[in-house]
Amino acid sequence: MVMSTSLRRCGRRLVFSVFNNREFSTTCQGSKVIQHHEQLQETGKSLNLCSAINQALHIALETDPRSYVFGEDVSFGGVFRCTKGLAEKFGKKRVFNTPLCEQGIVGFGIGLAAMDNRAIAEIQFADYIFPAFDQIVNEAAKFRYRSGNQFNCGGLTIRTPYGAVGHGGHYHSQSPEAFFCHVPGIKVVVPRSPREAKGLLLSCIRDTNPVIFFEPKWLYRLAVEEVPEHDYMLPLSEAEVIREGSDITLVGWGAQLSIMEQACFDAEKEGISCELIDLKTLIPWDKETVETSVRKTGRLLISHEAPVTGGFGAEISASIVERCFLRLEAPVARICGLDTPFPLVFEPFYIPTKNKIVDAIKATVNY
Amino acid sequence: MAVCVRQSRNSIINHVKAKMGLLGLTCLSSSMPSLNNDHRTLSAASLAKDLRNQNSVLENKPILYRTRRFDSTKPHQRSGVQSNVANSQFLDFPGGKVAFTSEMRFISESPKERIPCYRVLDDDGQLIEGGINVGKEIAVKMYSDMATLQTMDTIFYDAQRQGRISFYLTTIGEEAINIASAAALTIDDFVVPQYREPGVLLWRGFTLEQFANQCFSNRGDDCRGRQMPIHYGSKKLNYLTVASTIASQLPHAVGVAYSLKMDGKDACAVTYFGDGGSSEGDFHAALNFAAVTEAPVLFICRNNGWAISTPTSDQFRSDGIVVRGEAYGVRSIRVDGNDTLALYSAVRTAREMAICEQRPILIEAMTYRVGHHSTSDDSTKYRPVDEIELWRSARDPITRFRKWIESNGWWSSEAESELRSNVRKQLLDAIQVAERTEKPPLVDMFTDVYDAVPSNLSEQEKWLRETIKIHPQDYPSDFPL
Repeated sequence: MVMSTSLRRCGRRLVFSVFNNREFSTTCQGSKVIQHHEQLQETGKSLNLCSAINQALHIALETDPRSYVFGEDVSFGGVFRCTKGLAEKFGKKRVFNTPLCEQGIVGFGIGLAAMDNRAIAEIQFADYIFPAFDQIVNEAAKFRYRSGNQFNCGGLTIRTPYGAVGHGGHYHSQSPEAFFCHVPGIKVVVPRSPREAKGLLLSCIRDTNPVIFFEPKWLYRLAVEEVPEHDYMLPLSEAEVIREGSDITLVGWGAQLSIMEQACFDAEKEGISCELIDLKTLIPWDKETVETSVRKTGRLLISHEAPVTGGFGAEISASIVERCFLRLEAPVARICGLDTPFPLVFEPFYIPTKNKIVDAIKATVNY
Repeated sequence: MAVCVRQSRNSIINHVKAKMGLLGLTCLSSSMPSLNNDHRTLSAASLAKDLRNQNSVLENKPILYRTRRFDSTKPHQRSGVQSNVANSQFLDFPGGKVAFTSEMRFISESPKERIPCYRVLDDDGQLIEGGINVGKEIAVKMYSDMATLQTMDTIFYDAQRQGRISFYLTTIGEEAINIASAAALTIDDFVVPQYREPGVLLWRGFTLEQFANQCFSNRGDDCRGRQMPIHYGSKKLNYLTVASTIASQLPHAVGVAYSLKMDGKDACAVTYFGDGGSSEGDFHAALNFAAVTEAPVLFICRNNGWAISTPTSDQFRSDGIVVRGEAYGVRSIRVDGNDTLALYSAVRTAREMAICEQRPILIEAMTYRVGHHSTSDDSTKYRPVDEIELWRSARDPITRFRKWIESNGWWSSEAESELRSNVRKQLLDAIQVAERTEKPPLVDMFTDVYDAVPSNLSEQEKWLRETIKIHPQDYPSDFPL
């Protein structure tokens, strides 16, 4: 019923997509996958990113009785309030606190997912995901492959807040996405805004592969936009050109995109036309969209908060050089975090600021 | 049995060992291949009597500890059993021998009775029968440091609320665990803290100025402003630098303890954690490693009832933490964490056992996190205000201990107001100075990633300095460049 209601609410421009290749008690035929060439034009209530995620979790629990939300402190709403109201509405058998043990959270989630459930696990900070590294890398990522697809834990989604907030220091600021991009078998997704967060999170939850969903915690309260109230999904592994331009391609994800966008404005004042791409899914990533853009502009800049060395920017750079070597008019630029632990008091120096990006845009265009 | 052959340089320990006739005897017997002979026994009272010389008297009834090592039985020792297999009363396996039984009996998930909580002072700060005696000097210092810690927490917490520091985390309600455990140790005992034990540093001589410098991330912070406030550390005071991660320090403490053991030091490692931390894999690894390596380490659990918003009922279904000890072969005790004297005597006794016998000891201190988890938390969202108030007032460990020292004539209202106003003034001064002190120099961002700065970081530093020259407005001005 919920599904048919949401289907009726579905705008004409939204494409209905069959999504039944996963044997859960309910399929998600009622929700819409919005194709990348379309725009999510419906309006809704103004929500911040935290509330948008909360809304997605409500929908996930509502549309599938075999879905569960769990993690440290999620019962009372979570330390960032993303799970607020869920335990009250869906009961403590489906929304619950776990003991303080990340490897337990992910391992439990793998088992739950292997039994055809949607396991939506929260790791309180991405900085604390590492005790679960073994479960993610050696278990979740290889579950399907090692069993010849007899078993899978595709119902597992790990939500975790990442990134700088101005005062987080070593253990409340890190962006560890690159570690997980080195692991075939899992997907890594990072939303940039409330509307994106809701649609991408629902896709991750309903995707038939284990996914790590990194939430930009800097934007939890700060990013506010109109978010359609109904059940919708945004496609994974599809990048989006969020600003068109002709002189240089900028690629980023998550919270860093807002910094990059400001850099685009500044560059424009100096007559440089920047194309900005939100990668959204880091693996498996949409090389074609980036390649098409770089073939047009001839230049590429990648920016992320994680340390530059071995960051995911390196992979993008290598792939694009392979594909566009003769078209490139300048070396690929990377404006990223420095190769130090995330330093509390030096954060303003560490982070890839707007002006660092603007300088690199100019240097690349004038190469 | 390292304990039998270790040469202790510490006279107290030698004294304790001299009194441990039983220990020596059972060490000898432990080499005999029998199920019943592999016990070692140690009387806590014999240790306690020794502590009398250190102004500490425990009047516990003697407790005999059974220490078994379930050694494998070797084939040649089994010959007798083999000849009578049908009547064998024991299962003989690589882990030793266990008796057979024809009764199918599952071990209960809960004991008949919960493990009792050791206390010395009653709720009103009066000595319970038998009791304990601690000398004036140490008692007054314990009280003063608890009161100082409480005042420091109040002032730093307010400073955070005023936006002068970015973060703070109080120890309110857990001052006794902090200070009494510290008082029971020596400076050679190596502390591997979590993050709610700044009182141990205070006891060891970390100054209020040093606390303030760390919280304000200024040039005076030995850790160079790299970590959030309250992540203290001091090489000089044998206090490993705090990390925000949970329970990851516990295995470190075992490694530290093993080093102390191999170096023949009269010292142990001491590590702290909370009820939440006991759920992490590292906790289990640490206890098991400590038991197997026979490492002199004290695991002190602050069971304060709450891991941020998670109550202990969502954390575990065992009778708290203390019962985990037996499962790993680690001796353990549950103590009233708000009873300064009980903690002092328990930690002191545990320390002597850990060093003399070269073994880990687990202490579960029952307490309550009166403050919010941190300044990022509002605990009234998930726990009743009257519960917080009960522990803040009626069960405050400082008030309770004050009653006892006052009843001894060692403390007075005058002493109290003098202490509080002195500490307050000293702290406010320290904060003012710390706030005005410049930040660490930019170079500190790049040092200590490795022992020497590698070329990638040198390049990045050079590039950053050029960027700062071009865009000085992007960067805070109170950093020496």
